[in-house]
Parts: sequence; structure tokens; C-alpha cells
Amino acid sequence: MTFINYASREINCKIVYYGPGLCGKTTNLQYIYDSTAPQAKGKLISLATETDRTLFFDFMPLELGTVRGFKTRFHLYTVPGQVYYDASRKLILKGVDGVVFVADSQEERMDANIESLYNLEENLQSQGYDLMNLPYVLQLNKRDLPNVAPTEELTSELLRKGEPVFEATASQGSGVFDTLKAVAKQVLTELRKG
Amino acid sequence: MAETPVVIHEHQFIKLKSVLARICVECAARVVLLVDRDGQPIAAHGDIIGLDTTSFSSLAAGNVAATTSMAQLIGEEVFPAVVHEGERESIYISVIGRSLLVVIFDERSTVSLVKLRTKRSSYEVAAILEDIAQDSENQRAEEKTFFTEITDDDIDSLFS
Repeated sequence: MTFINYASREINCKIVYYGPGLCGKTTNLQYIYDSTAPQAKGKLISLATETDRTLFFDFMPLELGTVRGFKTRFHLYTVPGQVYYDASRKLILKGVDGVVFVADSQEERMDANIESLYNLEENLQSQGYDLMNLPYVLQLNKRDLPNVAPTEELTSELLRKGEPVFEATASQGSGVFDTLKAVAKQVLTELRKG
Repeated sequence: MAETPVVIHEHQFIKLKSVLARICVECAARVVLLVDRDGQPIAAHGDIIGLDTTSFSSLAAGNVAATTSMAQLIGEEVFPAVVHEGERESIYISVIGRSLLVVIFDERSTVSLVKLRTKRSSYEVAAILEDIAQDSENQRAEEKTFFTEITDDDIDSLFS
């Protein structure tokens, strides 16, 4: 839920990176964190297991600049991708303003992508949201790997409503900021609609 | 569509800050924070220099979300308060509707004092939050105009 504070002249929005386990959600945030000037970001908080798998969420506040005198800050969250952490995923979707679905482009992960996308739609519904009406972007990650499915195949399975689609290699940063920009822009455009 | 934005006006923010300031004194606390249950910081008072209030708010909300889910698994609706006691610093979080009142205190105070004093003030905080929620629903015409006046160029300029 967007927070607009007229006293501190701030707009705060929440964006959630969703997707199957090991698809690169945390890697997206890590790249954004590493590439952003210190004054524009807060700490990158990772509630992770000892083996660096996301246990609850990753979180990073990112300040993009000002719109008409209002500081615009995006709170970026990831969810844990593993199937059995569904309760945590539901909690993190509360108050969401925009979603990025990070798909793993590897052929053998197609079923995991479909299952995770279905889970996203279901969990959004349980929180009273409809994916069709929410700012939403699809990222096809890991495009640098040799065993990736063609983008047409991925989009035919994963595209939901003509959302913007970005090919990415989050580990090297390609497509990471394009994805973020696209979802942030949709969130602000939604705000403009009132 | 995402939920209606929460709009906090200057007079409401000042009221909240003054209630938080009073709670801070009454509880002999170091910091008092008001946080939305989804993790957005709303207002803070006290010794916040060096405290990352944004991250703290997100983690406090995550903490309460997790304990609320645990409560529901054992047949409770919600745990109205969560306490973490450290060697020197402690945290008391109470749930006020959609928001969390977080008190950070040290050995100059006690959990029971904080519990007692926050309970009294929580009605006041709840009333201001209710006022904010109602105002946000009936967003004023000039505010609507303000946001509709945001242009594509304004948005693009954030990313240039």
C-alpha cells in the first residue's frame, strides 16, 4: 500500500520479487544494491538460512529521486521461493503495490515457474488482489545459461496480461534495472490514476 | 488494483509525533516508532540517529506477521504484543489495528511500565490513525489533482 506523507514529503511504495526457488530474486536485489549510490539506498537485509537460501525475505529501501517535490522511495522485497515457505510468501504480499515475477529460463525449470506463477495468483487473491489489475512485470532470468528455453516458449506459458517482459542475467546485471524501472513506472502511473 | 494509498497530512503527522513524544517520556524509552503492519515506517520519536528506521520497521512488521501466523496456528487470533528482552536494550511491540507501536527501551525502564503506559496512549494513536484512514478514503480533490498532474516526464526523470 502506497504511503504518502505530506509532512515529510515522501511517497513510499512496496515492490515484491516473486518466483520459484533459485530463480535469482535475491540476485536482482543484490545487483541493485551493489550498483546504487550509498545515499540512495538503505541496508540490504537478508533473512536467509546458513546456506544463503531466503528464509523469510530480503529487503532493501531504494530512493529514486523526487517527483513534484516528493521523495520517492521503493521498498523492494523478495519472497522465499521454496514451495514449503508458502505462509511467508503470503505475508510478504500484504500491502504490495507492484510485483516482478522472476522466471528461471532453464528448460527444466518450466514446471517450477508455472507452479510459482499459479501460487502468486492464488496468494494475491487470498490477500484481496487481482494480478490482472496490479502493476506487474515478467523477467526471464538466466539468459546466459546454455540450456534455456526460447523466450517465445516461456512467454506463451507465463505471460498473463500483456505485461512488459525483460530478458535478464541478474548475476551480471543485464535487464535488472529495466525490470525495476518498468514496475516502478507502473506503480507511479497507478498512483496518478487516483 | 493495489489498495488506496494512505495519505498523511501535516496536522495528522504533527499529532502523531506529539503522542509518540509523550509515550517516549512516559515509558522512559529511547525510541518510539509507529509502523504500518506491512512494514512502512509512519513516524518516529527519540534517539533515532544511527538507527535505520526503515529496515527496523520492515523487520518489526515481519516479526509481528510471523508471530500472528503462529498465534493463528494455535487458535489465537493475534498476539497483541511482542516483547524482546536483551541484555541492555529491549523492544516492546503492540498491535494497534493496522499499525504497530514499537518502543525501544533500556535498563532505565521496564516491560511492565512500557506495557501500562502504551496501553493508555494506544487509543489516542488509534483515533489519529482512524482519521488518516478516513481522510485517505475520501481523498481531497486538490490531492487527486496533484497526482493526476504527475507527467510521464516526471516519472521518466526518476530513472534518467
